[in-house]
Amino acid sequence: MGRWLAARVAHAIVTLAVAATLLFFLMRIVPGDPLSRLSDDRPISPREIARLRERYGLDQPLGRQYAAFLSGTARGDLGVSIEFGRPVTRLIAERLPATLLLGGTVLLLNFTLGLWLGVRQAVRRGGATDRWLEIASLAGYSVPSFWLGLLLAWLAATRWRILPSGGMHDVLLGPDAGMVPVTIDVLRHLVLPALTLSLVSIAATMRYQRTAMLEALALPFVQTARAKGIAERRVVWHHAWRNALFPVITLFGLWLPILVTGSVFVEQVFAWPGLGSLAAGAVGGRDYPLLMGTALLASALVVAGGLIADLLYALLDPRVRHA
Amino acid sequence: MTPLLEVRDLRISFPTGGGRITPVDGVSFALERGRTLALVGESGCGKSLTSLAVLQLVPAPGVIDPSSRIRLGDTDLLALRGEALREVRGRRIGMIFQDPMTSLNPVFTVGDQIAEGILAHFDVPRREAMARAERLVGEVGIGDAKARLTAYPHQLSGGMRQRVMIAIALAAEPEILIADEPTTALDVTVQAQILEVLDGLRESRGMAVLLITHDLGIVAGRADRVAVMYAGQIVEEAPTAELFERPSHPYTQGLFASVPRLEGPLSRLTPIRGTVPPPTAWPAGCRFRPRCPIVHPRSETMPPLLDVGPDHRMRCWLAEGET
Repeated sequence: MGRWLAARVAHAIVTLAVAATLLFFLMRIVPGDPLSRLSDDRPISPREIARLRERYGLDQPLGRQYAAFLSGTARGDLGVSIEFGRPVTRLIAERLPATLLLGGTVLLLNFTLGLWLGVRQAVRRGGATDRWLEIASLAGYSVPSFWLGLLLAWLAATRWRILPSGGMHDVLLGPDAGMVPVTIDVLRHLVLPALTLSLVSIAATMRYQRTAMLEALALPFVQTARAKGIAERRVVWHHAWRNALFPVITLFGLWLPILVTGSVFVEQVFAWPGLGSLAAGAVGGRDYPLLMGTALLASALVVAGGLIADLLYALLDPRVRHA
Repeated sequence: MTPLLEVRDLRISFPTGGGRITPVDGVSFALERGRTLALVGESGCGKSLTSLAVLQLVPAPGVIDPSSRIRLGDTDLLALRGEALREVRGRRIGMIFQDPMTSLNPVFTVGDQIAEGILAHFDVPRREAMARAERLVGEVGIGDAKARLTAYPHQLSGGMRQRVMIAIALAAEPEILIADEPTTALDVTVQAQILEVLDGLRESRGMAVLLITHDLGIVAGRADRVAVMYAGQIVEEAPTAELFERPSHPYTQGLFASVPRLEGPLSRLTPIRGTVPPPTAWPAGCRFRPRCPIVHPRSETMPPLLDVGPDHRMRCWLAEGET
């Protein structure tokens, strides 16, 4: 197990290094240059541009730029954002808490409610509950998240006026406000974006879990368990569900990065100060260092998601553990 | 003597695209205390489904007809629900399934899976349940019982897994053991060992056994009575010795003619012509009619079970001439 883990972590690091390299070169294959946009927007003399080019190392040959990027990344220095003029790591660190709060909430809701609903559906296959949830999940799965976000914002914030429509903090709340009101304020702002993202992602998780659970319930050992005379609840959750978790674990590995970086639209709709909008801005502005930083974080999450999924597999399935 | 288990007029039907099919169509038999009854027939004849019905394990969307009766002593088994049903499963009737590869849960240890059945029916601490599981593992002929308790199913051979399956079925000391093709999935040499284990346990525990098999070879010298099934019905029933001496139904005779014999002159095996029709294609009247070498003038009417001799009945009009 220890050796397997070490090999798996080493594999993850290599994957990440390859991803970083690909990112670096792909970004520079694309025509255009971060400074050309600056000069489009405002009058900057060619001399000034040349100075900036030198400052960001863009005048260097590609090989040297790559070497600088590698050594910087290894030291935890992702460079300075062209757009913001501040260190990329600082920018990411500022946005990370909001992203983690939103993503974490959605992941939690997704992998509790989504799994539970999926199992219920499978257990009551063909019943009224199953059919209604099936329609609801199909609808949730098909609705674009930004549209759902706008609809919810309009309903809750404009019509009913029960929740704030955007941002993360109420500007009217003074800086000396206590822990409790601040927490309540953040939670109130969290409801709409979290609900929007959850509804869409729970729909997917539910459908996966339902299918996996139906398959598991049809396996012969479930019949063995019933024939033993154990309670049906135990047959479902102990015997069948443990075996229906594997496809969902894969899904978890895939959701992990998407929820941190893939909520661009929802962040825009609700003005949520997370990484998604930062990354989107970096793409538009061809802000190489910032773009590399956020893309690198996304790749790291993809790799981490895979690693966590593998660990969970090993934890839950003795056949993997002993292989 | 009142039978321990009595099945009367069992009908199991399934809805299909082209209407309802009834793969078990009016099966009746009785199993007496401490005796062994063999239910013999080819795949698809309804014998496994019949055995599953006893514990209400018929897979959805199968339905047991409300006019069917299954009695265990004074208990109406088909009327049991919830806790009362749970108390019969495993505790009064244990069950062994065909495929030991898939009938054990891959993610739990052997010890857990055996102890679970003990804990479901006896108010004993876990340690005591494990100690009993260890004794059972020894009883079914697995060496080094203590170490095997912590093994997972994938670490055991097919024969070992079927021994574990037997230990699970016996965990709560049932009066009746239903063995559904217990050796079909195993190598011939392992088959003999498993049958030996089953014979020994049946004698030492005085259990009644319902043996479901397609193999006449394992019936001889093991079962007290034999019921031969064809196309969802019992076509012949008699004490084992009588049936082997005087197989009367053309189908039973066909089964014997297709089994090689050690004694007597070497002769060609005579297969039964045609194949078992699926429940959607059962002919009207005698269901064996299209494959029968002797076509009785009345065969277009379904024959009832008719006496052929003392305690020997068959579903064939030919019996009328014999009595």
